[in-house]
Amino acid sequence: MSDCFLDESVILTDIEAKTKEQALEIVAQNLVDLNLVKKSFIPAIIQREAEYPTGLPTNGVSVAIPHTDDKHVKTETISLAILKRPVDFFIMGDGNNTTPVQLIFMLAMNEPNSQLSLLQKLMQIFQDEKTLTYIVSQKNKTDIKNLLKKKLGIT
Amino acid sequence: MAKKTVLVACGAGIATSTVVNGAIEEIARKNNIDVNLIQIKIAEVESYLDTADLLVTTAMTKKEYPFPVINARSFLTGIGTEETKKQIVDELKK
Repeated sequence: MSDCFLDESVILTDIEAKTKEQALEIVAQNLVDLNLVKKSFIPAIIQREAEYPTGLPTNGVSVAIPHTDDKHVKTETISLAILKRPVDFFIMGDGNNTTPVQLIFMLAMNEPNSQLSLLQKLMQIFQDEKTLTYIVSQKNKTDIKNLLKKKLGIT
Repeated sequence: MAKKTVLVACGAGIATSTVVNGAIEEIARKNNIDVNLIQIKIAEVESYLDTADLLVTTAMTKKEYPFPVINARSFLTGIGTEETKKQIVDELKK
């Protein structure tokens, strides 16, 4: 399995955003600043979210997994943003209903199929109410990073 | 039973379709069904209108297709997974 970049610099806590677009821009801009994605990643991810929403209602905290075409990606990365207050995202596969998202896992992926086990593990986190609730209440980025790396099997 | 061609689609063809693809592979293996899985972006479905038997997707579908469409969001959230699996198996066994 190819590896994926994840450290404290791509974990954002206490993000204040009024809309999903604002939230997406803050998280994506950080990835641009870190030179992990191209500048074009920002408008691309906002547009993709409008076309194909990624909000996921779970049994714990609603999450969103915005992502876009690999051509905007430089380094495969999983970025996490914890929002101070949830913002509404449309639900994946459903253009009518929204879910209040508090955790944004922004994926910068550049090779289809290469990350199956990583993505499967990520989805397992979404099915784990305890972990989601823990992440939302955490302020320490190193603790969050260590937990995610362990759960995702990233070394 | 003829081998079915299943389109697995999401918005970007990268992330969620990869997970759904993996889930269908497992379902097919467990039920001894031979399938031909094609992972694509939802925008590419048009090119497979004549050849596909089923579309499993996490994306919105606005138009009518000549084959059944199954929503696969449950594979991501874990809510309602068994029902989705059953829908897929039923379609593959037709």
